[in-house]
Amino acid sequence: MKVSIYRYNPDTDREPTMKEYEVDTQGKDLMVLDILALVKEQDESLSYRRSCREGVCGSDGMNINGKNGLACITPLSEVAPGVKEGKKPLVLRPLPGLPVIRDLVVDMGVFYEQYEKVQPYLQNQSPAPAIERLQSPEERAKLDGLYECILCACCSTSCPSFWWNPEKFLGPAALLQSYRFLADSRDDATEERLSRLDDPFSLFRCRGIMNCVSVCPKGLNPTRAIGHIRSMLLERGV
Amino acid sequence: MVTSVTSLGRNGLYDWLIQRVSAVVMGVYVIGLLGYLLAHPDLDYGTWAAFMGSLPMQIANTLLLFSVAAHTWVGLWTVTTDYLTRLALGGAATGVRLVAQALIGLLLLVYILWGLLMIWGGA
Repeated sequence: MKVSIYRYNPDTDREPTMKEYEVDTQGKDLMVLDILALVKEQDESLSYRRSCREGVCGSDGMNINGKNGLACITPLSEVAPGVKEGKKPLVLRPLPGLPVIRDLVVDMGVFYEQYEKVQPYLQNQSPAPAIERLQSPEERAKLDGLYECILCACCSTSCPSFWWNPEKFLGPAALLQSYRFLADSRDDATEERLSRLDDPFSLFRCRGIMNCVSVCPKGLNPTRAIGHIRSMLLERGV
Repeated sequence: MVTSVTSLGRNGLYDWLIQRVSAVVMGVYVIGLLGYLLAHPDLDYGTWAAFMGSLPMQIANTLLLFSVAAHTWVGLWTVTTDYLTRLALGGAATGVRLVAQALIGLLLLVYILWGLLMIWGGA
């Protein structure tokens, strides 16, 4: 099968190019990450990030035939019809909207800065109990669909609002994490958290197009979380 | 937190709410007007002028005028801050954005004043 990969080395290349490779999958439904390993055997200069190879670490987020996803848990059969059969090429590009360091490796700096802004840790001013802060099963259930995020950046880099204003709009990943702590019964910094979100950019630049939901490899729903935060802001402000 | 002095309410929630409320006003107005037109297939100028000159319609038209202006400002402000940025235009972005926003704002102001004159001027 044909594989077309975005290649760019800022030290030597004037501009990025797409390089074609021929890979023999022996008809198997390999994961995209396996294809990258086969290409790497042919061309050692290819750079990409990977670590756990099972969709937990979030290192190998990339744009696969136009849709962001994790290479390690995306089988060829799910990329697009005809890719596994070799009728269509597999096209791999770095996550859109972030500066390219080299080939498929992007600079995630601005993504992490937005994550840092939502203060993604538990804040509670009341004295700590002897053992732990307890939650009822119902309170704990509110965190389902929020805590599972692995920060792969597939969602934020598929969001046009994040492309246009990556320094001002927090992006779906950071907002999902923001709601994860707003929804936590053990966190009492709700007011401070909300007061940092009601400007026209941080949260409200979300136009609800749901690209984030369609690409999330963990099946999470940042748009719904953003909607919940908006409701909290509405309740607080009206 | 991001500060933006040119957004309508200097606050995301306010702008978001204004956009939704103005959309409802425009939606109700258009549906109401369509209903009126369907109910009056043989409409002539005299009936139309009398209808538009009645106090309830003057109030409805004023509401519509302000809703269109506010909705347009929030929407186009978003467009200018999405596309007329340093990422797209480089160093000239702030100047271009400021001029674009000023032109849109002044144009909407003219529309409001002109519209008010049409609705309440008795012409």
